[in-house]
Amino acid sequence: MNPLAGTAVDWVGLAILLPFAGFLVNGALAFLRPKAKRTVSIIGVGSVAAAFVVAVAVYLAVRAAHPDAPYVRTLWSWIPVGDLSVSAALQVDQLSVVMLLVVTGVSSLIHLFSVGYMHDDPGYARYFAYLNLFVAFMLVLVLGASFPVMFIGWEGVGLCSYLLIGFWFEEKEKADAGLKAFLVNRIGDVGFLIAMFLIFSHLGTLDFRETFARAPQGLTAGGGAVTAIALFLFMGCVGKSAQIPLYVWLPDAMAGPTPVSALIHAATMVTAGVYLVARTNLLFAMAPVASAVVAGVGALTALFAATIGLKQWDIKKVLAYSTVSQLGYMFVGVGVGAYAAGIFHLVTHAFFKALLFLGAGSVIHVMHRAHHQSHRHADAQDMRNMGGLAAYMPWTARMMWVATLAIAGIPPLAGFFSKDEILGAAFARGASQPFYLIVWLFGIAAAFLTAFYMARLMLYTFHGPNRTGDLERPHLAEAPWVMTGPLVVLAALTILGGALNLPHVETLHRWLEPLTAQGAAFLPALAPSTGVEVTLMVAAALIGIAGLWLATRILKPETLVPPERAPQETGFAKLLLEKYRVDELYDRFILRPLVWFSRVVLWKGLDAGVIDTAGVNGSAALARGLGWIGSRLQSGQVGTYVVFFVLGAVVVLAALLK
Amino acid sequence: MLLGPSLAVSAILFSLGVVGVLLRRNAIVIFMCIELMLNAVNLTFVALSQQIGLDGQVFVFFVMTVAAAEAAVGLAIVIALYRHRDTVNLQSINLLRG
Amino acid sequence: MTVVFWVVAALAIGSALLCITRKSPVASALWLVNTLFQLAAIYVLLDAHFIAAVQVLVYAGAIMVLFLFVIMLLNLGRSGPSDIKGPWGKVIAGVGGLVLVSELIVLRNVTPPWWLQLPPGTVERAVAERGAVRVVAEPLFQGYLVPFEITSVLLLAAIVGAVVLAKRRL
Repeated sequence: MNPLAGTAVDWVGLAILLPFAGFLVNGALAFLRPKAKRTVSIIGVGSVAAAFVVAVAVYLAVRAAHPDAPYVRTLWSWIPVGDLSVSAALQVDQLSVVMLLVVTGVSSLIHLFSVGYMHDDPGYARYFAYLNLFVAFMLVLVLGASFPVMFIGWEGVGLCSYLLIGFWFEEKEKADAGLKAFLVNRIGDVGFLIAMFLIFSHLGTLDFRETFARAPQGLTAGGGAVTAIALFLFMGCVGKSAQIPLYVWLPDAMAGPTPVSALIHAATMVTAGVYLVARTNLLFAMAPVASAVVAGVGALTALFAATIGLKQWDIKKVLAYSTVSQLGYMFVGVGVGAYAAGIFHLVTHAFFKALLFLGAGSVIHVMHRAHHQSHRHADAQDMRNMGGLAAYMPWTARMMWVATLAIAGIPPLAGFFSKDEILGAAFARGASQPFYLIVWLFGIAAAFLTAFYMARLMLYTFHGPNRTGDLERPHLAEAPWVMTGPLVVLAALTILGGALNLPHVETLHRWLEPLTAQGAAFLPALAPSTGVEVTLMVAAALIGIAGLWLATRILKPETLVPPERAPQETGFAKLLLEKYRVDELYDRFILRPLVWFSRVVLWKGLDAGVIDTAGVNGSAALARGLGWIGSRLQSGQVGTYVVFFVLGAVVVLAALLK
Repeated sequence: MLLGPSLAVSAILFSLGVVGVLLRRNAIVIFMCIELMLNAVNLTFVALSQQIGLDGQVFVFFVMTVAAAEAAVGLAIVIALYRHRDTVNLQSINLLRG
Repeated sequence: MTVVFWVVAALAIGSALLCITRKSPVASALWLVNTLFQLAAIYVLLDAHFIAAVQVLVYAGAIMVLFLFVIMLLNLGRSGPSDIKGPWGKVIAGVGGLVLVSELIVLRNVTPPWWLQLPPGTVERAVAERGAVRVVAEPLFQGYLVPFEITSVLLLAAIVGAVVLAKRRL
């Protein structure tokens, strides 16, 4: 009997139900009473906060019980078909509890922030409805006890992402961005589906517990089947967590409101891929080739996105590419087998990236208001219009510096420990397999660049002379407490978050042990010497500091001019600004041929040509023809009728002859 | 012992009647061919009554009666038709065209 | 006996052929009369004397007279354009007729089951004993009385119908 039965864990379904109820109520209000902002705020924030309370209760129960096996709460039987039996069930174990806390906690803060940020928006109720729905689906994703249930959450968050990115859908660009996100995600989801098919065909089950129980016998470690499964699962992750080559939707997703970017595209949805790999860590451990692919793609993405972030002018775009890069780090973590490290970085990243986005949101909010007052139509998100804002928004600036130091990997902030653990694991694996040394090298390079571009962001936004304009400057002020408050909370978490998994104490690692133990049997044992560890730690910290220092040395915020007067970029800088023209590449080589094919071959050729002409019109013509023949039979000529009569009689007699 | 040949004659007469119906356009001639067919059937009945029983002949009696009635009514129709259309050529009588 | 049968049969078939191929309806009618006469002869050979008599009286004597009457009434006796169908019609008719006759010839080789068959010569003896009329009359008025009465009603209906249909003005 699982020790968790009968405790608060039985109520884990409430955590999903409360935000979903919030969605229903807010959705109704969006239609009936869109102006009831206070009610919407209370329900929107309250439902998620209540879910957080439930999450804490569940966590305490799990902590007290120390279960070895996951606790599955079956709600009802969903798909009982032949050999396949999938139930709507929720699984509570150490990993899902971590995700549960992160999702509900960070969501609550961001919901609170949104109250201030979206205050003047007419779609206020609709926004909170969507946001609540998102939380509900995300929780289904992390609490699902089987692949299909998780997939429901997976698709659901994709849907909410689409709805929220295209929140201001009246502007075509924003609506297109939402569509792009959804479609690119879909490509990855095909991989997820194929992986599910393969799992079912090889193991006969889609339930997590069952799958991991049968996998060691049902699949050969290192064999083709398990590698295929892992690779297809990773394909889903590539889509959802914006890795190469399906990352292109994330920068465009910045078209949505900034709290959305903070919640969905930094802290929660995009981390679903990492969660998936951590959840199925047994399968990845059994497929070293796939794990290597995961680590490789993660490392490449980390470096690639970091380079693009160096030259972006839109504050949110910098953060978007930073997210892509940091997600790459997480995948490096789970790719080298350090699953706890990957999850650790997921948690710390949630804290400081949410903080960064919310801070940027505050900045944009203030800039927007200033522009609004002076009726100027400038880009409130372009850093060239900012500068020296630390004087006007001191708290925001301080909190964002905390986050910047964390992301750069400066001890003793949270980012340092998580990033260092990942790189340490990569280096340790690299001792026996040189491939992972390259991964480590990429990681180090990306760390350096991360520090650099984050410092760049801070310099251009908060320091140096103010470029906003004389008319707007009087209106620059600190954002309201409802927006700054969550920043402070997140900053505190960022500072203290390192305690989750300090080296040698390794709280999180031990916490997640029941889940990673099975896979550990398939991984090479890592035992780096303490000396190497310390060297690496020091090196990582130095790299971070070096990046920050170099930025302050090289970059001169005084030389910036507002975008209208800015000179054209040239050479490599231009390539980075244009994000290596990847979108244009996709458009030219994938989209255009596809559209051409659809229009010319499938539409004109097949649909109009074959199906319409032969099928639809053809069957009409056939009917008409047969009808014409039939009508000719009704000639009114008795003679003709007699002929048919005799013919019939002859046939009947012939039958009698037999 | 005359059964076989009688049935053969009956068959031939019946077929000749059918050919006549298929061949001619005049309503009255077609009618006569139908009478020919009826007679062929009568011959069959009479021939078989030798084998099976006298009921055959009784049946022929009835057939003749009905044939008479039918001829009377049919010819009345032909007359009525002639009055309207001034012809008994069946090709011109095609108002039931669909 | 058989010789008579064959001669008469040949005559019957011959006149039937002529009946269907004559241009003039009057000629067709008269050839049909001849066919009926031959059939009556065959009936006699088959021991159906009463039926033969009735055939001559009713069929040849009444029905064919009616036919000729109508032909004359409608003035169709004169030779007009032929009413035989064109070449295609002839082909269809010929083919149809041939197929039909071959099927029927094949079908006639059927013997009634033994429990239906009477001993040979029964009818001859019955006719010799009781007379031709009695042989038909007894079943007619005993076993088949109801059909007999219904047939008389039918005749009544036919009379009324003929009168009504042929009236110039109802």
